[in-house]
Parts: sequence; structure tokens; C-alpha cells
Amino acid sequence: MSALNSAAFGSCRRKTRCMNSIAAVGLATSLLLAVGCGGGSNAPQVSTITTTGNNVLDIQVNSGPAGVYANGAFASATVCTPGTSNCQTIDGLLVDTGSSGLRILSSALTASLPQQKASDGNPVVECVPFVSGYTWGPVQTADLQLGSEKAGSVPVQVLSDSDFPVPSRCANSGPSMNSLSALGANGILGVGVFAQDCGGACVSTGASNPALYYECPASGCVVVGESLSEQVPNPVALFSADNNGVIIELPAASAPASSANGSLIFGIGTQSNNALGSAKVYTVDDFGNFITIYNNQTYNGSFIDSGSNGLYFLTSNTTGIPVCPDANFFYCPPSTESLSATTAGAGGSPTSTVNFSVANADSLFDNNPNATVFEDLAGPNTLAGFDWGLPFFYGRNVFTAIEGKTTPGGTGPYWAY
Amino acid sequence: MQGVLRTTRNNAYTLQEIQAPSGTVVREYVSGSGKVFAVAWQGSWPPDMRQILGSYFGQYQEAAQAQINAHAGRRPLVIQRPGFVLESGGHMRSFAGRAYIPEMVPAGISAEAIR
Repeated sequence: MSALNSAAFGSCRRKTRCMNSIAAVGLATSLLLAVGCGGGSNAPQVSTITTTGNNVLDIQVNSGPAGVYANGAFASATVCTPGTSNCQTIDGLLVDTGSSGLRILSSALTASLPQQKASDGNPVVECVPFVSGYTWGPVQTADLQLGSEKAGSVPVQVLSDSDFPVPSRCANSGPSMNSLSALGANGILGVGVFAQDCGGACVSTGASNPALYYECPASGCVVVGESLSEQVPNPVALFSADNNGVIIELPAASAPASSANGSLIFGIGTQSNNALGSAKVYTVDDFGNFITIYNNQTYNGSFIDSGSNGLYFLTSNTTGIPVCPDANFFYCPPSTESLSATTAGAGGSPTSTVNFSVANADSLFDNNPNATVFEDLAGPNTLAGFDWGLPFFYGRNVFTAIEGKTTPGGTGPYWAY
Repeated sequence: MQGVLRTTRNNAYTLQEIQAPSGTVVREYVSGSGKVFAVAWQGSWPPDMRQILGSYFGQYQEAAQAQINAHAGRRPLVIQRPGFVLESGGHMRSFAGRAYIPEMVPAGISAEAIR
């Protein structure tokens, strides 16, 4: 045997017990419902942008602190040594509804934040897998301010490969994302549907623990159980008010632009500036996914993610759209394609039609060398349905409700638009 | 990898499905000659990529790094090299992907079937 490593697979097989049952895990099969075109309404896009209020944080789509980003929305946060006025405002944080938790590059952090310690006094350090690599570094505690909203003693992850040695299991995730060049940002402001990054799976040790949290004595890092309150949380959930979710508001972008100004609004239905209005509520499943229907096929692994920098969906084979000759992660149709899909809550309703366009990515970049806002940037997403990235947010106010939080549209988690 | 195993066979390959205690499902596609030609995964967190890719982990690491360097921004991963294809996507608490060796995929089996 050669191929995809017989040793690794061989050891898998020897150690496993044979059983004939297995739980299904939300595969993207098309079975849930038969909603054809016209099953939803084609609501006009609303892009009123709220700029005033004590629950508003300015965001901007720009090239980011590394000067290289396309379709990244960035914001600032102020972190303080808990209980003091020793504070630092950090800009260039990627606003990410696809993750939960504040992560800051060690190289961007000058404020002194106390280290979180496990019950035995050892420092707690975290490994977070992302699609293209991992973040690794100590969990520290900060008093946090986002705009005018405050939360005290918030666990945050400080990204550094050098403070604590990277465990092999973490390094096995892929490349490190712990640098400005890899991240394209000074950190990630994760304001997604989950209240913590890991949740219940990380609370106890044992085989079911996915190994995000470690304690790191001098002898080396080992996986540790981390209570929900000690985990790195969606910081919005810790605000004293306006803590049930966020709205991202960005203008439409009919043509590429050098930047776009918008707002991150805290709270859903908690103030006059964050009411759901006519937005429909789309619940998500346990994995944070909902449904997208395209060409009468149902893709239940779909999701909305402001931290994805394009509209990523299906494959060239399915869409008939060629990828770019020099970048197979973007689509390069000969001319811009106007497409339509139906998004639906995880239970199959409600539904709505989403119209979108796919432009030639090479042409977009070549013809607009100074632009960072690309509404028609798209690429393939072979296995996870539709990844509705930041272009989805242009001209569409998108609500993200946090799990377990009460809102006028029901209890989170959900998206609404 | 520890986990619950289910095996199914057809004319072209044997499918070994392993569910790790963390809930992540890994599927190994084994050809008639006993070679693993593809692997796919799905779950709240990715599997140990070095464990499932074995000697191909270096190629994955290198290509993923090259893609980060080539174009900043988070997006699904597409690696298409001679002799090695890996595609993955998802977000925190939901990951899916697959890897395969194109020339070892049995005749008549579409890569789309590997998932």
C-alpha cells in the first residue's frame, strides 16, 4: 500500500471496534424539502446604515492592516487590563460571523493582560482550527470595549507560536495563522451564532474532547477541560445590554470600490435602531448551518460568514463556471453571470430568493487594483454547500442571533435578513 | 484514530467509515488492491490532518501556506496538484473536506462521489 498513507489508515483500523451503526452527521444531501423557484419572496434589499447610537461600532471594508485584503470588514476594539485604565485600542480586527471569540495577534497587543490559569495553576492555551490553518496562543483576560459597549474580564485568545510550544495535534491542523501576513488582520472579532468558540464538547476531558483547550506546564501542553464560562466567548454575549446578537450593515456595492463604511450594531430588538422590522428569521442547525437551494438541489451545509471573502459555492462541474487559470479558488466566467438561489431556515422555512452575480475574478483584480470591495467575487466550495461570504452583506442588513439568547424573533441561534 | 467503524463494499472500492468520539466522521475509500485512494471528513471540528493524510500532509501544509501567501482572505481551500487533490471548507463548529489521489480513483468513479 502506498497512497494516502497506509500506516496512518492501518493504525486506524486496528484500533477501532466494528459496529454496524453510525449517527448521520448532517451531510449535504438533498432530502429536506422541495421548494422550487418562486418558493420565496424576492424582497427588495434594504441598506439603511445606522451610524448613531450607543450600540454602534464603525466597521470598514478596506485592505486591512497588512494592506492585502479583499472583502474584509474591519473594526477596532479596546482591551484593558481588568479593573484598570491600562488600555489599548486595536484596529484591523476582522469582523467574523463565522466564528465566536476575540483573537488578537500577540504582535499587535501591547496592553498587559493576565493569563488564564487552570485549576492547578497552569496557564491555559488554546488551539483553534480554521479551514486554512490554526490559531494558537494563551487565553488571557481583558476588560473589553466595543464602541460604547463594555464587558468585564472577557477571555480572549492571544495568537503566538512562541509563548508556548505548539502541540503536535495543533500543528497537525495545517499552517499557522498566527501572523499578520497569514491572517491579513490584527485579530478576529468573532460575533457568530455560538456563545463560545467550542461549547459543551470542550468542558470535559476524554476522547470526545476536540482538543481546543490545553494547560501548559513546563513539561508540555496537555488537553484540559474548560468550563463554558472560561472558554473564549462571543464577547457580545457578555455585554450587560444589547447582548443577544448583532447586525452587520454595509452599503450595496454595484461596482468595485476602494473601501466601504458600515456599522456593527449590537443587540436585536433592544433599541430603536436594531429592530428586526420585516427581516425574516432563518434558524440554524447544531452546526451553525442552514439551507440553500440551487437548481432544485438542496444544500444543507450552507452558512453565512462575514469572514469569508467571497461567495463560495459548489464546483465548476455543477455550476458550469470555470475557475481562474491562476487561482483555482476563484471563479473566472468569460462574462459576469447573474444567478439566483433560495435560502431557507434549517427546518426548511422560511425561504427567500437571493440574487447574486459572479464576475471574472482575474478581471476584477486586474481592472481595479486599488479596490477592496467586490460584490461579485466568487469561487468554488466543493463540500459545504453555499458559503455566503461578505458580498452577501453588501446592501443587506444581516442579523446574527446568539444561541440561547431571547430576541423578538425568537431564541437564537438564527440569521435574519 | 479511535472510533466506531462501519464498512461497506461495492464493486469498485470498500468504504470504511469511522466516527471519532468527537463526532467527526472520516471515510476512507480503499481500492480493490487495498490502497486508500481517498478520504473525506465531516464534523464540528476537522480530524487530525496529519493522521488522515499521512505522507501527503507535507503537500497539504505547503499548498495551504502557498494559498494564504497568494491571496489573503478566508475561504474554502482548493488544492489541485499532480497526484494530490484536497478540498475543504466550513467554519467554526462545521468542517467538511476530502482528499484523493486522482490516478488511483477507480475507473467509473466520479470524484464528486467522494464525500
